[in-house]
Amino acid sequence: MIRFDTVTKIYDQNSRPALDRISLEIDRGDFAFLVGSSGSGKSTFIRLVLKEDRATRGAVYVAGQNVANIPSWRVPKLRRGIGVVFQDFRLLPNKTVFANVAFAMQVIGRSRAVIRETVPEVLKTVGLEGKDHRMPHELSGGEQQRVAIARAVVNKPGILLADEPTGNLDPTTSLGIMKVLDRINQNGTTVVMATHDNVIVNEMRKRVIELRDGVLVRDQAEGIYLGEPEEAK
Amino acid sequence: MRLAFILGEIGSGLRRNLSMVVSVVLVTFISLTFVGAAGMLQMQINQMKGYWYDKVQVAVFLCVDTSTAASCASGPVTDEQRAEIEATLTSPAVEQYVDTYLYESQEDALGHFRDQFANSPIVDSVTADQLPESFRISLVDPQKYEVINEIFSSLPGVEVVVDQREILEKVFNVMNIASLVAVGIAVIMIVCAILLIATTIRLSAFSRRRETGIMRLVGASKAVIQLPFVLEGVIAAVVGALLASVTLWAVAHFFIGDWLASQYPDTAFISSNTMLVIGPALVLLGAVLAGISSLLTLRRYLKV
Repeated sequence: MIRFDTVTKIYDQNSRPALDRISLEIDRGDFAFLVGSSGSGKSTFIRLVLKEDRATRGAVYVAGQNVANIPSWRVPKLRRGIGVVFQDFRLLPNKTVFANVAFAMQVIGRSRAVIRETVPEVLKTVGLEGKDHRMPHELSGGEQQRVAIARAVVNKPGILLADEPTGNLDPTTSLGIMKVLDRINQNGTTVVMATHDNVIVNEMRKRVIELRDGVLVRDQAEGIYLGEPEEAK
Repeated sequence: MRLAFILGEIGSGLRRNLSMVVSVVLVTFISLTFVGAAGMLQMQINQMKGYWYDKVQVAVFLCVDTSTAASCASGPVTDEQRAEIEATLTSPAVEQYVDTYLYESQEDALGHFRDQFANSPIVDSVTADQLPESFRISLVDPQKYEVINEIFSSLPGVEVVVDQREILEKVFNVMNIASLVAVGIAVIMIVCAILLIATTIRLSAFSRRRETGIMRLVGASKAVIQLPFVLEGVIAAVVGALLASVTLWAVAHFFIGDWLASQYPDTAFISSNTMLVIGPALVLLGAVLAGISSLLTLRRYLKV
């Protein structure tokens, strides 16, 4: 589903690469943690998958297609196949929960009937039944992140990228979010989650891909994460 | 659904940036009013030129029943007199100055008069026998008008020799300068309008960066993301253009049509119908300017 072939990304010639000769493959239906401290290259990885940036060297394949060969007018289509969730939720503050999720369908031209049918379904999947008409500021952080996840998966993408989705949440709430992501993964969506929360990683026992200073240092099935080197000692 | 969505986005964008939108409307209104005024001046010049202006320089009018000039004391021009005048035109002494000449009968004169004064009430009260026949002469050297005047003024049956260009050219010079000034002001105002539209779109894109960021992430096409911004600029500019058209129509209808025409009944004026041409042109011009300026702005400030 996602394949990196000796990918190097250099933002600035004078500093070390953000990603250094990364090769890995994430299959359809996988659940993978992308771990490492801040600046280890997790976000760069996600940006490359979305074609927000170009790899300096090497090739990134998404759903079998080299993203470098996708013309700019086809990039929206690539992104429709990928849901994204961020640490800061990125909800529209003046829209209700329902409208926030529906927004993702409106902008790609889904009909009103389809939206009215799909959105409640997705809200149920993320555990927000009956909160359709709340405004984002009336929700807890965990609930807001659930809305963001609902929005990311409402168009049924094959891949869900989550960039530190639990970074702003307390451990109990984070666990709830992980259950939602797991459920989405069970339904067949490939999930890649960047995090540096070792408690969650160790709880879930999924594949762990560890980056350190842009270098792939570990790729382990059912792995654990001991946290950043300083903390591990 | 997508159309409704885009319309909704446009509405919210216009509301959010109301003061900027109003300024875009006003600036395009003023600039296009000047553009339209220049257009109307040119059309007025064409109207006043009438049928003969671009073709000949000198008109030799022949006597009619109603002529009051002393040279017409013996009544309207006779066939012999007319033949005599034409013979003079082709005589070796005169021929060297004449490039071409044409004869205009009273019927022809009425036709041309009706065309030129089509917008004036005077047209219905004029009949062919009130209008003089004439020879219309194009000179090899327009400066030699005096020679022609001397030769023909004294011939029997000639009422008057007129150098029409001499009279109209001064008026046209003033009008041409006025339309140049109008175009000059219009160009400056259009530059203002373009910059203002660019700033407005930039502001609008900035205040909605959250929405556009999400639209990008969920794979909205470039058109869906950009169209609301472009149309915002276009709508504001078109409203300005419509205001300009209405203003110019009011000027043409009430000032030129009602007041000027009654003050100067012997001058041919344009009618408010000219706005049927200028109005749509202004709207199109406004829309195109706004569209181009907002697309260029979006290329820089709205990543897709």
